[in-house]
Amino acid sequence: MKIPNLILAAAGASLLATTAFGAAHEARGRDGNVNIIYWQAASIMNPYLSGGTKDVDASSMVIEPLAHYDENGNMVTTLVDEIPTVANGGVSADLTSITWKLSEGLLWSDGTPVTANDVVFTANYCMDPSGGCQQLAKFSDVTNVEALDDRTVKITFGSAKPFPYGPFVGSTTPVLQAAQFAGCSGAAAPTCTAANFKPIGTGPFVVSEFRANDTITLTANPNYRDATKPAFATLTFKGGGDAASAARAVLETGEFDYAWNLQIAPEILAQMEAKGMGTVLSGFGPLVERLMINLTDPSASLGDTRSTVANPHPFMTDIAVRQALSMAIDRPLLVEVGYGKAGKVTCNVLPSPAIYDSPNNAGCEIQDIAGANAMLDAAGWAMGSDGVRAKDGVRLSILYQTSTNAVRQDFQALIKQWWGEIGIETELKNIDAAVFFGGDQSSPDTFQKIFADLEMYANNFDGTDPEAYMGSWKCSEIPSPENAWLGSNMPRHCNADYDALVAEMAGTADISKRAELAIAMNDILMQNYIIIPLVHRGNVSASANTLAGVKLNAWDSELWNIADWSRK
Amino acid sequence: MFHYTIRRLIFTIPTLLFISFVIFFILDTAPNDPTGNLPLTIPPEVRVKIRASLGLDQPMFIRYLLWCQQFFINEPLNMIEQWFDITIGDGTRLRVTSWSTRSPVVDLVVERLPQTLWVVGMSYVVGILIAIPIGVISAYKQYSWFDQLGTFFSMLGFSVPTFFTGLLMIVIFSVHLRWFPSIYDTTHKVTDWSSFVFQVKQMIMPVMVLAFFNAAQLSRFMRASMLDNLQQDYVRTARAKGLKERVVVLTHVLRNSLIPVVTVIALGVPQVFGGAIITEQIFKVNGLGQLLIIGIQGADIPLVQTLTFIFAVLIVLFNLIADIIYGLLDPRIRYD
Repeated sequence: MKIPNLILAAAGASLLATTAFGAAHEARGRDGNVNIIYWQAASIMNPYLSGGTKDVDASSMVIEPLAHYDENGNMVTTLVDEIPTVANGGVSADLTSITWKLSEGLLWSDGTPVTANDVVFTANYCMDPSGGCQQLAKFSDVTNVEALDDRTVKITFGSAKPFPYGPFVGSTTPVLQAAQFAGCSGAAAPTCTAANFKPIGTGPFVVSEFRANDTITLTANPNYRDATKPAFATLTFKGGGDAASAARAVLETGEFDYAWNLQIAPEILAQMEAKGMGTVLSGFGPLVERLMINLTDPSASLGDTRSTVANPHPFMTDIAVRQALSMAIDRPLLVEVGYGKAGKVTCNVLPSPAIYDSPNNAGCEIQDIAGANAMLDAAGWAMGSDGVRAKDGVRLSILYQTSTNAVRQDFQALIKQWWGEIGIETELKNIDAAVFFGGDQSSPDTFQKIFADLEMYANNFDGTDPEAYMGSWKCSEIPSPENAWLGSNMPRHCNADYDALVAEMAGTADISKRAELAIAMNDILMQNYIIIPLVHRGNVSASANTLAGVKLNAWDSELWNIADWSRK
Repeated sequence: MFHYTIRRLIFTIPTLLFISFVIFFILDTAPNDPTGNLPLTIPPEVRVKIRASLGLDQPMFIRYLLWCQQFFINEPLNMIEQWFDITIGDGTRLRVTSWSTRSPVVDLVVERLPQTLWVVGMSYVVGILIAIPIGVISAYKQYSWFDQLGTFFSMLGFSVPTFFTGLLMIVIFSVHLRWFPSIYDTTHKVTDWSSFVFQVKQMIMPVMVLAFFNAAQLSRFMRASMLDNLQQDYVRTARAKGLKERVVVLTHVLRNSLIPVVTVIALGVPQVFGGAIITEQIFKVNGLGQLLIIGIQGADIPLVQTLTFIFAVLIVLFNLIADIIYGLLDPRIRYD
C-alpha cells in the first residue's frame, strides 16, 4: 500500500513540477534581475521636464506613448490597436486631424483604467505655456485635443499636417496618468517631485526606488497588458562613470547586462569585445557628423553684424573653395579612426530612413587632393610663398570650431593636415559642449553664432519624418541678433528654390513624393557644398551574451522593447 | 576661549554671505547653459521657454535674493517641520530646487551623504591609521630602509593621481582576478553577514585608493613633526631621567608631535564631505562629489550653488574647530 502511494505521490509531484515549470517558462518575472548601465545617470522619469536621452530612455520602461518606432523606423502600436492613416479614416482627408483609439482593457500600474482623458490631460500638460515643456515641438500646430469617448482621442492641427505623428508617437511623448499629475501643470510642474520620480505608467516596469542621478530600481508591472511579460522581475538602472567603464562592466567584468552609448575608441571596444562576454551592437538613425560652412563674414571687426547676412564671407561664398574643402577629406579614414563599427561614410546630410537617402552624390568617399588643388588653381586661388593660397589679397585661412570631444579633436587634426595640403591654413578651436550647444546669449562661442569660418557637430531628428529637419535650412531659420540667434540654419543658407521645396513638402502627404522632395533638398545642400557631411554615426551599445531579445533601436528609446528581453 | 569662539562665529556670518554671493556671481557669469546638454532635436524656441520656466529670465540680483530666501529661511523652516512633525504657516514654501531633477537639493544631499561618508570618511580614517605609525617609525629611524621605503611610497601616493590608481585596481582586481565589483551599488543594504561581506568588498577598492592618497600626505606631516620634537631638550631630559625609550617616544614625543597633525586632520574633514570627485566617478560611488560634477556639467546652478555653499560653511567651521582644538591641545596657546 505504502509503495504504490509513494509512487503515485512522486508521479503527481513530478507532474505538478512539469506544469509549474511550463508555466514558469512563460511567466512574468521568471528571469530574476537584469542590470543596465547608462553612464549618464537619469535625473528624472518625466521626458516632458527633461528631454535628455538618458531620461527619455529610463522613463520609456515605465510610461509609454500610443505608438513606437521599431528598430527599422516603422511605427508599431503600443496603447492602440491600429495606427491611424488616411486610408483607415484615422487621419482626416484634409490632414488636419488624427483620431487615436486606445486598446480595450488597458490598465495603469495602480490598477485603474487608462482613458482618453489621460491622453488629453498629457497634451494640455505639455502645452501649458508656463510649464517649460521640453517636448513642446512635438505638439507644434496642435490646436485642440479632445476625448470623443472613453477610448477615443482626436488631435486637431491648425494647418494640414501631412505627417501627423508628432504627439504621442515615440518615447519622448508618453501618456501620463491624469489622476497622478493633476495639480502638476504649468508652473507647478517641477514641484511634483514624487510624481516625476515615480510616474504611474502602462509600461512593463514600475519604479520602486528612484535615486536621482544615481540608481533606479524597478519591478515588473503587475498590470502589464501582456501577462507573460516582462521576463525580468526586477531591473537595476545604474548611472554614473564614463563610457569606457560602462563598456568594461558589460564586456569584461560581466557585472552588467547592457551598457548604453559607448562612444570610445573603436579599437579599445574591439579588444573588450574579444573577451567574449558580450556583443557590441550598433544601430543607425539619421545622425550625421558634418561641417557647417559659414557663408557670412565672422570677422570680429564687424561688431554687431558679425556672422550675419549683411556681410558675405570673403571666400566661403566661392563654391570652388567649399568643394575643394570637401574633396580633400578622406572620409573612410575618419570613420576608421573615430567610430569603427558605429560609423559609415555618407555623402548626404539626410542618409536615412533609406527612402530619403539621395543616390545623386556618390563619390565623396574618395579623397582627391590633386583634384582639389586643380580646382583652386582654376578658380584663381594662387599658392603663396608661405604655402597658403590667396586671391586679391584674401588668404584662405580658416577658423574651424567644434565641441570638446576626443574624436572631434582627432578629426580636426586630420582635416587640418589635409587642408594644409591644398594650401588652406586652418586654426582649430574647441569649446565645451555645454557652452557650444547652449544658447547663452552672452557667450560668443555658441554654435548658432558661428563666429568661425566653419564648425563641426552632429545632428539628427526625432522620429522618421525629416520635414522639420530639412526645413532648418530655409531663409527664415537664419540665426541673427534680430531673432536672438535662434534658428538652426547655421550656414546662413538662403535659396528661393530650397524654400519652395520646403513649402511644397509641407503640403504633400504622399510618402514617395515627400521622399523626392527631401532628396531634392538634400541635393541642393550637397551639390552647393553648404553642408559637408563626414560620417553617418550610429548608436553603439553593448549587450551581455546571456541577454536575449535586445534590438538596438536608433529611432526611439533603446529600451523600447525591454518587455521582450529575457535571459538565454 | 568662549568669547573667542563667539566672536569668531559672529564674524563667519558676513564671510559666508560674501562667499555665497561670490559663488553665485561666478556661476552666473560662467558661459554655461542648462539646456546645453539637451538633444539638438529640441528646437531653440523651446529652449528659450525652458530657460524662462527655470526663472533664468529674471535679473541676477533677484535670483540671488530668491536663493537666499530659499536657503536661509525656507530650508531651515522645512527642516524644523520635518524634525518636530509640525506645520509652520501653510507649510508650502519654495525650496531650493535642482534644475535637472526638479527635486529639492537638500533631499539629494541627504540621500547622498551616507555613501560619501562611508567611503570617503572611511578612507580618511584608514589613511590616518596608516599614516601615523609610518610617520612615527620613519622619524624615529630616520634614513633607515623603512624611512626610505615610506618616503618612496608617500611620494608615489602623493604624485600618482587617483584616476590612475583607481583604474589600475579595477583592471587588476575586477577584470583579471574578479575579486571585487568595479561598480559600487548604492542601493545595497547591509542586513546580514553575507551582505556585510559584499559591502566590504565593494568598499575596499575606493577606500584603499583614497586612503593611500590621504596617508601619503599625513605621514609626511607626522614624520616632520616627530623629527622636530625628537631634537628637543625635553626628550634628552626624559631619556636622562632614565625613562624607557618606549615611554619617551610614545608618551612624550608622539603627544607633542600630534598637535599640528591633528590640526591638519581637522582642516581636511570638509574634503570628506565634499566627496572625492574623481574617485567617486571611477568607482561609480555616486556621492556628493559625483552630484557636484553632474551639476556643473548640466549647469544646474541651484544645485552647484547650494553644494559649494555647504562646503564653504564646512570649511569655515572646521577652520574654527581646528583653532579651538589647537588651543585645547597646547596649553601655551591662549586666545583671550
